Parts: sequence; C-alpha cells; structure tokens
Amino acid sequence: MWNYIKLIVLGLIALLAMIGANYGRDLAYQVNFITIALAALATFVFVLRQTGEPVEPTDETQYMDDVIRAGVIATSGWAVVGFLVGTTIAFQLAFPQLNFEWAQGYLNFGKLRPLHTSAVIFAFGGTALITTSFYVVQRTSAARLWGGNLAWFVFWGYQLFIVLAATGYILGATQSKEYAEPEWYVDLWLTVVWLSYLAVFIGTLMKRREPHIYVANWFYLSFIITVAMLHVFNNLSIPVSVFGSKSVQVFSGVQDAMTQWWYGHNAVGFFLTAGFLGMMYYFIPKQAERPVFSYKLSIIHFWALIFIYIWAGPHHLHYTALPDWASTLGMVFSIVLWMPSWGGMINGLMTLAGAWDKLRTDPIIRMMVISVGFYGMSTFEGPMMSIRAVNSLSHYTDWTIGHVHSGALGWNGMITFGALYFLVPKLWNKASLYSLSLVSWHFWLATIGIILYAASMWVTGIMEGLMWREVDANGFLVNSFADTVAAKFPMYVVRGLGGVLYLTGGIIMCYNLWMTVRRAPAVQASNQFVPAE
Amino acid sequence: MAQKPMKKPAKAETSTTGHSWDGIEELNNPLPRWWLYTFYACIVWAVIYSVFYPAWPGIKAATPGLLGFSTRALVVEEIAAVDAKLAPINNKLASVELAAIADDAELQGYAISAGAAVFRANCSQCHGSGAAGAKGYPNLLDNDWLWGGDIEAIHYTVTHGIRNANSDEARVSQMPAFGRDELLERPQIEAVVNYVMSLSGAAQDATRVEEGAVVFAENCASCHGEAAEGNRDLGAPALADAIWLYGGDYATLMDTVINARGGVMPAQSETYRSAQGLSEYEIRAVATYVHSLGGGE
Repeated sequence: MWNYIKLIVLGLIALLAMIGANYGRDLAYQVNFITIALAALATFVFVLRQTGEPVEPTDETQYMDDVIRAGVIATSGWAVVGFLVGTTIAFQLAFPQLNFEWAQGYLNFGKLRPLHTSAVIFAFGGTALITTSFYVVQRTSAARLWGGNLAWFVFWGYQLFIVLAATGYILGATQSKEYAEPEWYVDLWLTVVWLSYLAVFIGTLMKRREPHIYVANWFYLSFIITVAMLHVFNNLSIPVSVFGSKSVQVFSGVQDAMTQWWYGHNAVGFFLTAGFLGMMYYFIPKQAERPVFSYKLSIIHFWALIFIYIWAGPHHLHYTALPDWASTLGMVFSIVLWMPSWGGMINGLMTLAGAWDKLRTDPIIRMMVISVGFYGMSTFEGPMMSIRAVNSLSHYTDWTIGHVHSGALGWNGMITFGALYFLVPKLWNKASLYSLSLVSWHFWLATIGIILYAASMWVTGIMEGLMWREVDANGFLVNSFADTVAAKFPMYVVRGLGGVLYLTGGIIMCYNLWMTVRRAPAVQASNQFVPAE
Repeated sequence: MAQKPMKKPAKAETSTTGHSWDGIEELNNPLPRWWLYTFYACIVWAVIYSVFYPAWPGIKAATPGLLGFSTRALVVEEIAAVDAKLAPINNKLASVELAAIADDAELQGYAISAGAAVFRANCSQCHGSGAAGAKGYPNLLDNDWLWGGDIEAIHYTVTHGIRNANSDEARVSQMPAFGRDELLERPQIEAVVNYVMSLSGAAQDATRVEEGAVVFAENCASCHGEAAEGNRDLGAPALADAIWLYGGDYATLMDTVINARGGVMPAQSETYRSAQGLSEYEIRAVATYVHSLGGGE
C-alpha cells in the first residue's frame, strides 16, 4: 500500500517537473527541472520493481550502515571534485588565460568560484557531516537510525540538492549571496531534506538505549537545528515567476547584508565548527582509545560556543553601511568567542594525554591532531581579524582567503580524512586499512599544501592591504589597484601549487580507501549494537 | 560493536564520569584554570569596551559610548584635515594660468604627485596603471596625440571627454563607416588599406598601393591629411607613423575602414558627473601628470 502512495507521489513530481521544464523561462530552470524529473522517474522505477516483491524484514538489532557506506563514497568523491575546482580557479587567478574564450559564461572564474565553495563546504563537508552523524548517533545511542528509509531520502535528497545547485551556478541561476547561492526552488527542496535529517537524528536520539546523550550528538544536533534556521531566514525571497529561477530578496540594503552575514558567519560557526566538533568528539577518542579529557569543559564550551557564535556575524561588515553599534557588538562577541572555541581544541588535544606516542606510529591520529591544531589556529586568527583596526587592513584582502582555508583545509578537511580512514575498515568489515604508508603520504602532502596556501595568502593579503593604504607625503595614493594585482602573481602561483599538493593527497586517499575495500583482509561483521550498561 | 574497555588514564587520581558510549568514557577533569580566567578576562574586556564604544541598541538609538567614537565622523574628520592642509596649494593650482604651472617647481611637483593619484584611481582602468594604453585606449607616454598634447589640450580632453553624451563641449568627430554604409566598394577598401600599410611599412599586396593612393586622396585625405599626417582638430590620427590605436595589421585595418572607429572617453569634470567627477584642481593635476609623462608639448 505504502509503495502505491510513493508511486503516485513520484509520478506527480515527475509530471510537474516536466511541466516546469516545458514552461521554464531560463536555461538553468529548465535543466534543473529536467534533472528533478529524471530523479523522480528513476526512483519511480526503483520503487515499482520492489512493489509486490516479498519484503525482507530489517533486523532492528543492527545498525543501518548501507546509507553510511554510500555517504563515505560520496564524501570521498566530492572531496576530489571540490579540490579540483579549487585548484583550477587558483590557477585561473594566477594565469587569467585559463578563463578560456570558448568557455566564457560557463567555466570562467566567476562561475567556478561559487561551484568550488559549494562543492567543498556543502557537497564534501555536508555529506561528511550527514554520514558521520548517522554513524555516531547510532553507535553512541546503541540504536538503529529512526525512520527506516528516511535516512536514504536524506542522503539522496541532499545529493540531488548538490547537483541542482551546481548545474544552476554554471547556467546562471544564483541569488548572489555568498554560500547561499542556490535559487528559491533549490532552497525549498533543501528545507524538506534538512527537516527530514532533523527528524532522523532526533528520532534516533529519542529511542537511544544509553541513559545520556553523548557530547558529539549535542554538537551535531545544534548544527542541524541552527542551519535549518539560518537557511530559512537568509533565503526568504519571492520568485519573479513560478517558471523562472530568478527571485527577489525580502530584505534590502544593509538589512539584507546583515542577514546574509548572520547566515554566512554561522554557516562557519555551526556547519564548519559545531558539526565538525561533533565529528572530533567521536573519532578522536575512538582512534586514540582514550577517554575524553574533561566532561565539564565539554559542557561549558558547548553552551558558550553556541550562545556566543550567533552574535558575531557583524564583524564581516566593519566599515560599511552597518551602524557602528552593530559592528562593535559583532567584534566583542567574536573576542569572547575565542576561549569557547579553544575549549574544543583543549578537549581534543588533551584526550591524547598519555597516548602521545601514537603520533609516531599512527598517521590517522597525526591527521586528527594537526586538524585540531589548525582549528585552534584559525579560531585565534578569526577573533583577531574581527578587531576593527585589524580588519581595516585585512578586509577584502587575500588574508581572509588564507584564514578560511587554514580552517577549511586544515581543520575540516583533515578531521574528515581521519574519520574516513577510521570508518572504511569498520564499515566494510576489514581488519585494517590497505596502506598506512599511503596515509602518511596523504598527511604530508596535505600539510605542506596547507602551509603553502596559508603562508602565501598571509603574504599577499598583508602586502595588498598595505599597498592599498600607501600614501605619499602629500596624502595621495601610491598604488593603483592593478599594481597590487600584479604584485601578487608569485604568491598566486605558490597558492596554486599548495592546492595541487592537497588535491594529490585527496586522490591518494581515494585510492587507499578503494584498495581497502577491494584488498584488505576481511574480519567478522560486527554491527550488532550493545548498550554500555 | 563489541565493547573493549579503554585504557584508564595514566594519572590514577582522575576519575571518569561513569558514562560510556560505544566504549568512549569521559574524565572528570576540572576546567583548565588558564582557560577559565582568559575567558573571564575576555568577557570583562567586552563589557568595558562596549561602554566606551557605541554598542547596545535601544528603542530609538544605540548607546553612543563614552568616547563618542563614530567611523563616519572619523572619515569626515580625516578628509577635512587633509583638505584644510592642502587647501592653499589646491586653490593656487586651480586658479593659476595653466601654462604657468610649469614655471613654479613646487606647484608642478605637487601637481604631478596629486595627478598620479588621480590617474591611478580614475584613468588607469582604461589607459593602464603605467599610462601605456591598450587596444582602443591611447598610449599617453608617447608624443603621438589625437587631440593635442599641450597642457591646455589635455586639460580640455580630461574636462569634457570625447564623444560622450554628458558634456555638450565634448570633443566630437565621426569617421564614416566606408564599408558598412557602402561609401566604397570592397576592392577600393582593400586597395586603400594596402596604401595605408605601405606608408609605415610593407603593404599586404604591393600591387594595389597605387590604386589605394587614389582612393585615399579622394576619401581620406580631407581628415587624415594629404600625407596622412593626421588632424588634431578632428581627432584624426596620423597614419604614417606606425603607431596604431586599434592595430596596423591587414585584418584590423579592413575592419576599421569598413566599420569605422569612434572611441568614447567620459567627461571627467564634476560639472558633468555630479557624483564621481573631478574638481578643477584634480583635473589640472592629472593634466600636469599626463603632460609630464614624456610626450607633453
């Protein structure tokens, strides 16, 4: 019966999507709606083939790991895609000839840049967060994921969101809001997927067989709830036509800017910090086989972090049309945020107390430790850059880009790599990874890549900030903008090389994980769950 | 997953909270003191800072802060201070005879450095940060001038611009589109392009130069001159000097004769561009700067 309802709904979606594609007023909308129709039809066929077949009862005492395996594969794939686009645009900045004439309007820097940020943050990072949260919440709740196939809907729905967003960017559908580029219908779809994600996560927590909720799950839950709120408010817009991709923001002027950076900053705060702290709180103690350093610290820094982070957004708008009072508040909340951020670093690093010797033997631990190190560095750098006087030099320069990447490549990337190396042998019932020495190679390539990236961006950022300010004895500007661009060329090449190293590391990881699934010796499956007491 | 109790911490005095999730336990360590006190210090600093600077929003306005700090007021003050300091020399620059600027070394030095800054902000987008120009945008370093290279002519060009809709006194002229408007036959255009090329080098097809010379004399010489020396009253470029605004190869010259050229330069004076225009002293400064670049007459 349930299958017939699904078939009707899927058929209707496919039909409506084809009508939308037919009446679509712009190419991006048409292509997006054809994609939706195809996705609905494929699911229709999939459901149809199962209808009437005998259903194997699911073993409710086992963890739901299929969706996590799919998530691990998708995360690894998006990693390579995101890094590849990033490396490409890094070289486009160094060598503008790479904005090929034949690809103008599709593959030039302006189109590829949002593709890169969305591919790494939302495709790679988002899929990693969904995947690991599904794994962690099951293990630490001793319960199977709630909602049956809803978890599969979350996974495939999120992948569809990524494809719709990415093709939309290339074909010109964008709200022009940084990290919130997808247009209204893609936003609506993401809202449906995200609320389903929230339902799966909370449902699993509610049927847990452990007396307490583990700290990692606090962080994951705060990330899911806050991102839902941020996403809805920052994307309030009115479509120009039901059959077109263009929409108009509800807010205007400085209110729109403030909403955007309230969103943008907390995308960093809750997507890239809180969510990944959830990852850190599970995988570091597991890999190190050590207890978490301090329960008290985890409570205090959790509540301090989520209370303070949400106010820090105005520091993105110093010296703009934003009123001074809002700018001040954004700055002081950012400074207060320093220690709550570092609480996570302390808990991560001190968990290794007594196990530091593993740094020598276990490259996965090494990866996790350097990840927490970069986390600490960028959560110090961030508050420092939020100080108005520092910001007047750093804003609009490459320093910002360097800051973001020491966080993204160092913290988010490395902790995810560590989690993937942990997960693959467990999920595919293998005794160990295919090759630890390849993990070491990945570690060093990625680390050197990040250092090249961050160092070159510090140099160009501070250099161009100083060049923009430079005045002669009479108070006249010394440099034209083009002079500062020309001066940055060598550092742009260094940055591109850093990207190549990081990308190479990612490819090596994919090879290693693939070979682990193919070749590593198998062990007995063990995904029955056992509550601790 | 099978549970394997984790190793107890090395320091036996720290106990765990007694919870365990998938084998993960938590120690009962207190908050690190340095962490806690730094956190407190940041909060205290934040409160004090927000008393001194505009911070807390109210119903009608936010608290202004004890220091009366305002980023907008700071900018206004800084600009006013610079303006006040430079007012005497700016007034002098705006009022002396243009030709007299060169006689006053101090004034001229000032005008060149001020003009260079004006140039970087307003002119370099088209003419290049080194003023070497680009295709369609004249090189300002050489002595080949379309509309005149003495200080008065440069001043006039900067003020009113070329072929724009803003200033009624903008420099205007229009080359006919000989091909598009069917003023010349295709063979005639090919011939005249060969002739023009022969003036500063080699023609594409030397056999057609003579034929082209006739076409030139009848159609082009009235503006570009009998000897293709150009005419500054009309902004008609000299065609015999191997200096090209759009390019001197055969294909580009064919395009030029068929479709004509007519580059536009905005009027830079604030009289014609209320929001972003240049004041009189800025125009004189940038004119002095451009005049000083090597080709000034």
